[in-house]
Amino acid sequence: MLSPVLCSDLAALEPEYTEADVISTVEFNQTGEFLATGDKGGRVVIFQREPQGEYNVYSTFQSHEPEFDYLKSLEIEEKINKIRWLPPHNPAHFLLTTNDKTVKLWKVSERDKRAEGYNLRDEEGRLKDLSTITTLQVPVLRPMDLLVEASPRRVFANAHAYHINSISVNSDCETYLSADDLRINLWHLNITDRSFNIVDLKPENMEDLSEVITVAEFHPHHCHLLAFSSSTGTTRLCDMRARALCDQHAKLFEEAVDPSRRSFFSEIVSSVSDVKFSHSGRYLLTRDYLTVKVWDLNMENKPLETYQVHDYLRTKLCSLYESDCIFDKFECAWNGTDSVIMTGAYNNYFRMFDRASLRDVTLEASREVCKRRAVLQPRRVCVGKKRKETDVSVDSLDFRKKILHTAWHPKENIIAIAASNNLYIFQDRMAPNGHHNTPEIQSAPPK
Amino acid sequence: MAGAEGDDSLYPIAVLIDELRNEDVQLRLNSIKKLSTIALALGVERTRTELLPFLTDTIYDEDEVLLALAEQLGSFTVLVGGPEFVHNLLPPLESLATVEETVVRDKAVESLRKISQEHSPVDLEVHFVPLVKRLASGDWFTSRTSACGLFSVCYPRVSSTVKAEIRQHFRTLCSDDTPMVRRAAASKLGEFAKVLELDYVKSDIIPLFTALASDEQDSVRLLAVEAGVSIATLLPQEDLEALVMPTLRQAAEDKSWRVRYMVADKFSELQKAVGPEITKTDLVPAFQNLLKDCEAEVRAAAANKVKVFCENLPEDSRETIIMTHILPCVKELVSDTNQHVKSALASVIMGLSTILGKDNTVEHLLPLFLVQLKDECPEVRLNIISNLDCVNEVIGIRQLSQSLLPAIVELAEDAKWRVRLAIIEYMPLLAGQLGVEFFDEKLNSLCMAWLIDHVFAIREAATCNLMKLVEKFGAEWAQNTIVPKVLGMANDSNYLHRMTTLFCINALSGVCGQEITTKHMLPVVLKMSTDQVANVRFNVARCLQKIGPVLDSSALQAEVKPVLEKLATDQDMDVKYFALEAISGTFPFISLTFET
Repeated sequence: MLSPVLCSDLAALEPEYTEADVISTVEFNQTGEFLATGDKGGRVVIFQREPQGEYNVYSTFQSHEPEFDYLKSLEIEEKINKIRWLPPHNPAHFLLTTNDKTVKLWKVSERDKRAEGYNLRDEEGRLKDLSTITTLQVPVLRPMDLLVEASPRRVFANAHAYHINSISVNSDCETYLSADDLRINLWHLNITDRSFNIVDLKPENMEDLSEVITVAEFHPHHCHLLAFSSSTGTTRLCDMRARALCDQHAKLFEEAVDPSRRSFFSEIVSSVSDVKFSHSGRYLLTRDYLTVKVWDLNMENKPLETYQVHDYLRTKLCSLYESDCIFDKFECAWNGTDSVIMTGAYNNYFRMFDRASLRDVTLEASREVCKRRAVLQPRRVCVGKKRKETDVSVDSLDFRKKILHTAWHPKENIIAIAASNNLYIFQDRMAPNGHHNTPEIQSAPPK
Repeated sequence: MAGAEGDDSLYPIAVLIDELRNEDVQLRLNSIKKLSTIALALGVERTRTELLPFLTDTIYDEDEVLLALAEQLGSFTVLVGGPEFVHNLLPPLESLATVEETVVRDKAVESLRKISQEHSPVDLEVHFVPLVKRLASGDWFTSRTSACGLFSVCYPRVSSTVKAEIRQHFRTLCSDDTPMVRRAAASKLGEFAKVLELDYVKSDIIPLFTALASDEQDSVRLLAVEAGVSIATLLPQEDLEALVMPTLRQAAEDKSWRVRYMVADKFSELQKAVGPEITKTDLVPAFQNLLKDCEAEVRAAAANKVKVFCENLPEDSRETIIMTHILPCVKELVSDTNQHVKSALASVIMGLSTILGKDNTVEHLLPLFLVQLKDECPEVRLNIISNLDCVNEVIGIRQLSQSLLPAIVELAEDAKWRVRLAIIEYMPLLAGQLGVEFFDEKLNSLCMAWLIDHVFAIREAATCNLMKLVEKFGAEWAQNTIVPKVLGMANDSNYLHRMTTLFCINALSGVCGQEITTKHMLPVVLKMSTDQVANVRFNVARCLQKIGPVLDSSALQAEVKPVLEKLATDQDMDVKYFALEAISGTFPFISLTFET
């Protein structure tokens, strides 16, 4: 059972939060000890897990600033689109952050010593009388209060003509990819002035444009494999061993759509908004507007499993189109053992699906629950008449409250949910720390 | 008094020490770069007990400071008291060898390798080897990667028990969990193999090499190729076939193009390492495959090696192998779909003519040259033209001139100015090979046309080209062919062309000599001093200053000086400025009386 361990309200002091406070990405590091969030104001907040299990703010820094492209007369937003942690190098932590155009590598490190002892000045900085200096003094290091510093290490700029939607670190630990609407570039982490274009969907004539890249991710173990998905609902797997340019895919994951069910919205709702390799590397999880699908890398023609996230919206697509909600990009996540998947929905609800038992649950991230520190209760959305007091009618869902960004601790049953300016972290209380077991998902109550 | 004197000498050092922790990176960097001065002032004792401990803990600093520190410590032995105390340098270098920045780590390893030689055999085992072991079993991959570069420097100088331990550590790192460490180990495998006893090369290194060459990550496999080359040089010929060749063959056919690329890139080294017999039986077919590879990057890398590979083939069968095996592949590459492949080939293909001799060149290579000279990609044509000298030696350039000329003309008029610039740079070379008659007949007009190109960089290069041509063909030639044309441009209606005349005179006066300059060029320059465009006028002033040293003093006094004096009273500020500049440069004894 999940209960809140943290409800960070980044605008707690102001009743009305500003647009800049809206969280735009959430990501655990490889061990799960740290969690990073990025927001629309270009800030990154890093949380560290305390021994008691609480996540507290460890470091906050401004990663990107608003810029202006004078050549194209375009404003470049500071919004953090994605954050990816690098595998640990040394006691410091490294993460890549990106806005629409520029990827940056940040180092977050601790300092607990300070040099003391000047020759020409005393510790307050006053100049000493020169005649009193008869010997040279070498500074000595003394312990001080722990100081966490974030410093920019590299700036990878000027390689994207379109907006960057994904970054992903390769398992070789020396390269990463950045993907925009039409191209995927490969970078070396130590080289900022050069990147290699490995996928290019840009047609000769932009009028022939039929699809855009929505997400791209490297395989967790095989350094030569990468997957990218497109707005037409396909996901392609590329093998970088075969060619320097990966425009030709090795595999194409696509489910045939029943022509009789085609509608104006078919293509829009089939656009893939997120792709995640399973930790094992065997499966791909894709999210489109109404479903999450699990694909076996060895089976291209149809998904292994398809889960309905909010099928009750199928009749509401027209109004969702009018309000632009239909273009919302929901993310999805695997748990540490690849047995449960999680994705967001509207009305601050998020969904979890247990792959073995096929049970699913809808939960709500709300401040009330957080305040009470209570166990999350399942919610039920009903179409038509309410059957139970706690049921929520489709028509009363708040489409402004959406959970787009979610992350799952790599080993434990701890999840991070971003709902506008709030970050919720829930933990499975039943599971002892460090013990791997699937979270108890209660099935929907009997009808 | 003594005290006061002491203060004076202490002061600059005190400043340096304080600036070690200044907030300004540049000042810290300056201080670190003068670390030897600080150490000298402190003396060996205090350097060891105070300065080095402080430096060991300052790894928070900026990369450039750490880099400078790592470098300094490599030559610090004397400053800590000589070889006897050199191990005191190990702690700061150890902490530098674990930072995340690759350049800093590499520099720290370089310094450690350097000072390892200054350790006595005992110190090496007591201090240095334990450091290597600590790094090799460190928690972070940064320290383990650094360890990889240190094994080979201590191995030859330690006892056999320690040797066994070192080999064991190296083995462990070759199968490390992180690809970064395996890559570091793979890149140092060849170097480590060189210091091992031959038996251990066979029993230890070969299995490691085989394992790394079949690593799941292609970034590791590709580094094993280079190690394979070094290992092959160490083994006796009879062992190569069994121990190294299976793995290298596998690498040449690897699924990943990056590995095959590496094989192609290291092909000439490989060829030298395995000797003529294996070259004939194995490398020739492998090279053919690489030239036909499905990935253009691989073909380009292989194409680059065509000449060197052919040169190093065993002499007895060289011609047969080239004619029957290599040339057919080369013929295909000439019409490759990828321009990088073609241009890589074009940069070396001319070299084959010296290997194959006159008859084969005329019969087989000439047609290929001609195709490449007509290639749609300018870089291909340029590469052919830039290597004409090889063919010239074998068959003479006349054979080519029929096709050469259209190719040159086309490049000379290419829409991209960088292409035009490149061909201009080859003009002096071509002129030398083609001879003065051919040049006058065919190319002279091109050289003059560039002078009125609409891109300044081309006009500038054309000017410089003229100078080089005169150096080749002599002043008399210049006077008859180019000087009249250059001077004619002085009357052009476009002021940019008039200025080109001045720039040409700047370049040509020196090589043409005093007579031509005084008789023909100077009058034109002087006449241009009344030009209506200020830019032309101030360039007249600059030109006069430039050609001044070539002129005799009577011409200077009688003709140049009055003109410059007049320009110095020009209403345009810049003209005035450059005229005054020219006067003070040319007539240093005249005081400037025009300043008011």
